[in-house]
Amino acid sequence: MAATQEEIVAGLAEIVNEIAGIPVEDVQLDKSFTDDLDVDSLSMVEVVVAAEERFDVKIPDDDVKELKTVGDAADYIAKHQS
Amino acid sequence: MSKISPSKGAPYARIMGVGGYRPTRVVPNEVILETIDSSDEWIRSRSGIASRHWASPEETVAAMSIEAAGKAIADAGVTPEQIDAVIVSTVSHFKQTPAIATEIAHGIGAGKPAAFDISAGCAGFGYGLTLAKGMIVDGSAGHVLVIGVERLSDLTDLTDRATAFLFGDGAGAVVVGPAKEPMMGPTVWGSEGDKAQTIRQTEPWTAYRDGGRPEKFPAIAQEGQSVFRWAVFEMAKVAQQALDAAGIGPADLDVFIPHQANMRIIDSMVKTLKLPESVTVARDVETTGNTSAASIPLAMERLLATGKAKSGDTALVIGFGAGLVYAATVVTLP
Repeated sequence: MAATQEEIVAGLAEIVNEIAGIPVEDVQLDKSFTDDLDVDSLSMVEVVVAAEERFDVKIPDDDVKELKTVGDAADYIAKHQS
Repeated sequence: MSKISPSKGAPYARIMGVGGYRPTRVVPNEVILETIDSSDEWIRSRSGIASRHWASPEETVAAMSIEAAGKAIADAGVTPEQIDAVIVSTVSHFKQTPAIATEIAHGIGAGKPAAFDISAGCAGFGYGLTLAKGMIVDGSAGHVLVIGVERLSDLTDLTDRATAFLFGDGAGAVVVGPAKEPMMGPTVWGSEGDKAQTIRQTEPWTAYRDGGRPEKFPAIAQEGQSVFRWAVFEMAKVAQQALDAAGIGPADLDVFIPHQANMRIIDSMVKTLKLPESVTVARDVETTGNTSAASIPLAMERLLATGKAKSGDTALVIGFGAGLVYAATVVTLP
């Protein structure tokens, strides 16, 4: 069953916490990965790969650049998950 | 059909000795910061690189190779005359003909060995090792010198803040010879030409002939995120396949020597591969930068010289880079 937006954000928060050490509660929809959460471009790749596995989606390299905020990523996953 | 006599090669092959050459000039991040808008902290956090060596005009591809080869031959306990073949992997020797391997073979006093260059980017050392092993088992050569050598400072755009800090120069060499038991596992190797653009030379040399002078000298450019994803997650699978092919479990492995591209790639690969903490990991990139084909033998030489690894240890080596190409194998350290 497809994950809800709430579940996706919670999942992303866990992933970002594990990879970049950012507190789970800081990972909010409007937060920018780079500017607010200090997730650099290489950590972002790790976040994306972890999200692909967790939510069973494919996020190609070209699309990663468009995922600026947690909300962008949550919307993308919600739209593309199988 | 006439009967052709079978080859009389050795039953197995092994790395008998290793040698390295690092250029005299050490270039800290402060020097890189003269031409890009960045910081020491940023460079270290993205790459783990603190300094690299850059070759002087006298430290040519041949000169560095001859130094490294001499050390490898001495370490192997053989003489230059015993070298039957010289394989040189490089992308930064700017004269295609003749192959630089012949000059190097002559320079080490090797007599008349087979000598040729290969181009397989950062996987070149593994490609060379695989050829050498085949030649020894086939009986075409008794001892083979495999050299990875680069002057990547010549192919670096010092104004590109994504790559200016990455590359370094140096040469690493090994002597591969006969063994009585398996000491080099099967190679897992390949290429993914659909990703050829992710690491590339910016201009072909013919740009100078056909269109006048390009604005900048050709340099290596790359799509950092794409390469990182491929290197960490796809190459971890290849590394695992090489372990499986050699029948080596995590507990049997002593040393991991990945291509020294970037500390972040190394750290993530170690995590993805779930290597036990007992495995010594080469982290030579910190003070050597990315030296492409030279990085694995240079890192191997340093681990052995500093006592972090020892002769007889079982090591997983994996090279990956422009092509995209890759080669992974398990070897017994010399």
